[in-house]
Amino acid sequence: MPVHIPHSITEATQLLSDIPDATLLNGGTDLMVEINFNHRKPNNVISLRGINELRSWSLDETTQKIFIGSGVPYSEIENGELKRMLPALAAASRTVGSPQIRAAGTMGGNLGTCSPAGDTLPVLAALDAEIHLASVDGVRSMPFSEFVVGPKRNSKQANELITGVSIPSANGWQGYSKVGVRNAMVISVASACLAIQNDSLRIALGSVGPTIIRCSETENWWNNAINSGSQVTDSLVEEFSRRVASEARPIDDHRSTAEYRRHAISVLAKRLLQRSTQS
Amino acid sequence: MSHNEMYSLQVNGVKHEVKDAWVGESLLYVLRERLGLPGSKGACEQGECGSCTVFVDGQAVCSCLVMAAAAVESEIATVEGLSPDGTLTDVQQAFVDEGAVQCGFCTPGLVMAVHHLLDENTDPSEHEIKEALSGNICRCTGYGRIFAAVDTAIARRKETAL
Repeated sequence: MPVHIPHSITEATQLLSDIPDATLLNGGTDLMVEINFNHRKPNNVISLRGINELRSWSLDETTQKIFIGSGVPYSEIENGELKRMLPALAAASRTVGSPQIRAAGTMGGNLGTCSPAGDTLPVLAALDAEIHLASVDGVRSMPFSEFVVGPKRNSKQANELITGVSIPSANGWQGYSKVGVRNAMVISVASACLAIQNDSLRIALGSVGPTIIRCSETENWWNNAINSGSQVTDSLVEEFSRRVASEARPIDDHRSTAEYRRHAISVLAKRLLQRSTQS
Repeated sequence: MSHNEMYSLQVNGVKHEVKDAWVGESLLYVLRERLGLPGSKGACEQGECGSCTVFVDGQAVCSCLVMAAAAVESEIATVEGLSPDGTLTDVQQAFVDEGAVQCGFCTPGLVMAVHHLLDENTDPSEHEIKEALSGNICRCTGYGRIFAAVDTAIARRKETAL
């Protein structure tokens, strides 16, 4: 039976250990496109859709961190309680594909594919989310910055399963913006998440480099300026926008040009900063 | 690539046996080519056009992006199942009355998307309607008559509810 449908994480990791070449299937919105276009021909598939543990989320009241299972669909993140606690993640989720895609697609898939255009990834980078993995050898967790190692490459081992993500509940303004060729159903040309968390500004960029880029230099410059009493003036905002764009490392490809991406990311950074200071 | 998969799918309340299938076949392919249910249309095969929209466990999804052999534990509903006796549903009738159908290729997917919207939200705003139909592409109508059909279906449901 080449499609395996485990009903627990333990069962799934055992299967992964027994069948090292198995392909993992979650929402299918990436994998099925590759299969439909003959780019991939899997022989063994492990479907994760039957594992309830992966399809739930929970709030740890003590740490104020939210665990979101890797199989929770975007349609659940963009609304309700999760939207209130994680507004930037909800906004990013809402820009994924169409309602049909969001009903199927999951953050586990975004992390597994690990494309620099993954819509939720700048949010995970900005908020220092932790990624949780499981295998027959046990469980381990790592910050998002260690999880991503290159374009479409992550530090998940072949026998490991992404079980979920822990993200701190928002305690300041946060937002997400994305540019694409139209409003609905689009893969981003540039995207950014800006969050004020624990009174410090963080900003991470998508689609403008080989991986998600966290603008640490700009963050430090801005936070030092604000902490030493600088007023948020138009020229300071312009300088922020310029510095963010200079940290981007965009390329020309079939979706856009490096020049446009650098311009777009400077506009997104400026808008997000203005929204954060006006709120 | 072996074609030796055997499994069964629950479609529109009926159990269907699938034989000699390949593991990577999409639900859309299996519905159309193996189960004789061609109502769901295939165009882009990458989730962009919505013409293959079906319900899987009550969620409207693109059947081209569902691996059929992995959907054995799900309840699947297709456009054929909306009205088993062949009479038009209120949404389908509204599409006819408003001239929301031109070439008709996108219509089954749109009808499914509208049913899903109205089953969850009896009084959607214009923005909510546009959002709900943002995953369904129509290259003929320009959408005006489709939005008119949605408005008509909503109005008729409200009248019936009174």
